[in-house]
Amino acid sequence: MSRIKDALKKFADGDFIITTKRKKNPRRRPSTHHEATLKERYVVWHEEKARSFFKGMYISASVFVCLTLIGILLITVSFLPPFGNPSNPVNNEVSERYIEKGLEETGAVNIVSGMILDYRAFDTFGESHVLFTAATGVMLLMRKKKKGKEETDKFSPRRDPIVKNVAKYIIPFLLVFGIYIVLNGHISPGGGFSGGAIMGASLILYSSAYGYRKINKIITEKFVKRVTFVSLLFYACAKGYSFFTGANHLPSGIPLGEPGAILSSGLILPLNICVGLIVTCTMYSFYSLFTKGEI
Amino acid sequence: MGPNLLSNYFETASMILFGIGFTTLFLQPNLIKKVIGLNIMDSAVYLFLAAKGYIDGRLAPIVVNGVTDMEAYINPIPSGLVLTGIVVSVSVTAVSLSLIQKLYKEYHTLDMDEILTKANKEAER
Repeated sequence: MSRIKDALKKFADGDFIITTKRKKNPRRRPSTHHEATLKERYVVWHEEKARSFFKGMYISASVFVCLTLIGILLITVSFLPPFGNPSNPVNNEVSERYIEKGLEETGAVNIVSGMILDYRAFDTFGESHVLFTAATGVMLLMRKKKKGKEETDKFSPRRDPIVKNVAKYIIPFLLVFGIYIVLNGHISPGGGFSGGAIMGASLILYSSAYGYRKINKIITEKFVKRVTFVSLLFYACAKGYSFFTGANHLPSGIPLGEPGAILSSGLILPLNICVGLIVTCTMYSFYSLFTKGEI
Repeated sequence: MGPNLLSNYFETASMILFGIGFTTLFLQPNLIKKVIGLNIMDSAVYLFLAAKGYIDGRLAPIVVNGVTDMEAYINPIPSGLVLTGIVVSVSVTAVSLSLIQKLYKEYHTLDMDEILTKANKEAER
């Protein structure tokens, strides 16, 4: 009642604008409030339920897509030629040529090795470059800004006596085994990639058993860079020369040797050594970049 | 359906493995698990190639006693292709893991949805 009296007084004073404002305000408030609830409701729904709703949609759609993909692939497999059949279209004149002329032309007893390091040597050269590029990319991403040496030593693995003593006896055999696989790549199963991976594993074991300071005396960033660069350069020059002379029907002057001996099959042995060195350096640099941020 | 689904069991297994890897790549929000799915897909492709090169009752392509007859050895070409694939998959895995480590240092999570929402919030500012 007092409100009405106040309003009447104010109306009598001629101050009716305030009353109209007061009248309008309560009308406006519910309308704005109503709008806000709609918006709020939408926001709440968007935050709470939309994510799970779309996640469910996404999961069901992706399950559908994956099952469809597997179904299509299985139907295709069921129409493929039978497994292990010598008359399959895969076994065409290309593999026949590699098998029948491979020993005579490349001098390698291991036909796969002769294929990837002689007939298709630029393919392997590209693979080495892929490894080199990956190591460069990881180095760009993982390298830390220069810090004190103590900080990198803080993350150095603890000198566990068991690991240390086991590594002392295992590492020489691992290294010799890796070198054997690299050097015998053309006369037995193996080659630069597998032997390089084994040598890289032995370096990683040495680094994790004896700490960073000891391995940094032998293998530094400069050493890794130089070995990789020299190997890639030698590979490119040697194989470029060999392909140039071969394409122009010139004698290359590289002796093929007697098949089955270590020093045989022309360029395959040095190229295997190059690839092995590149793989070793790349494996070790991956490990050291991921653990301490530098080589 | 064709007639060779069960006799091509190596190819069938490799295709199922490929599907498992693809599903992992789709459904796992964790980035490291996505990389694992990618590697499963790679392994499926190697299995498929190795199965394509195999011929019943023949030896690995390493010349024994100077016999260079096509009837004696399996197909050497898929073996070389598998080698290429292994090298590429190792490189891709290394680069993607280093990128993931950078993302983790920036956003402190491996969940891809959380990383996306955080990145969107940062872009709105």
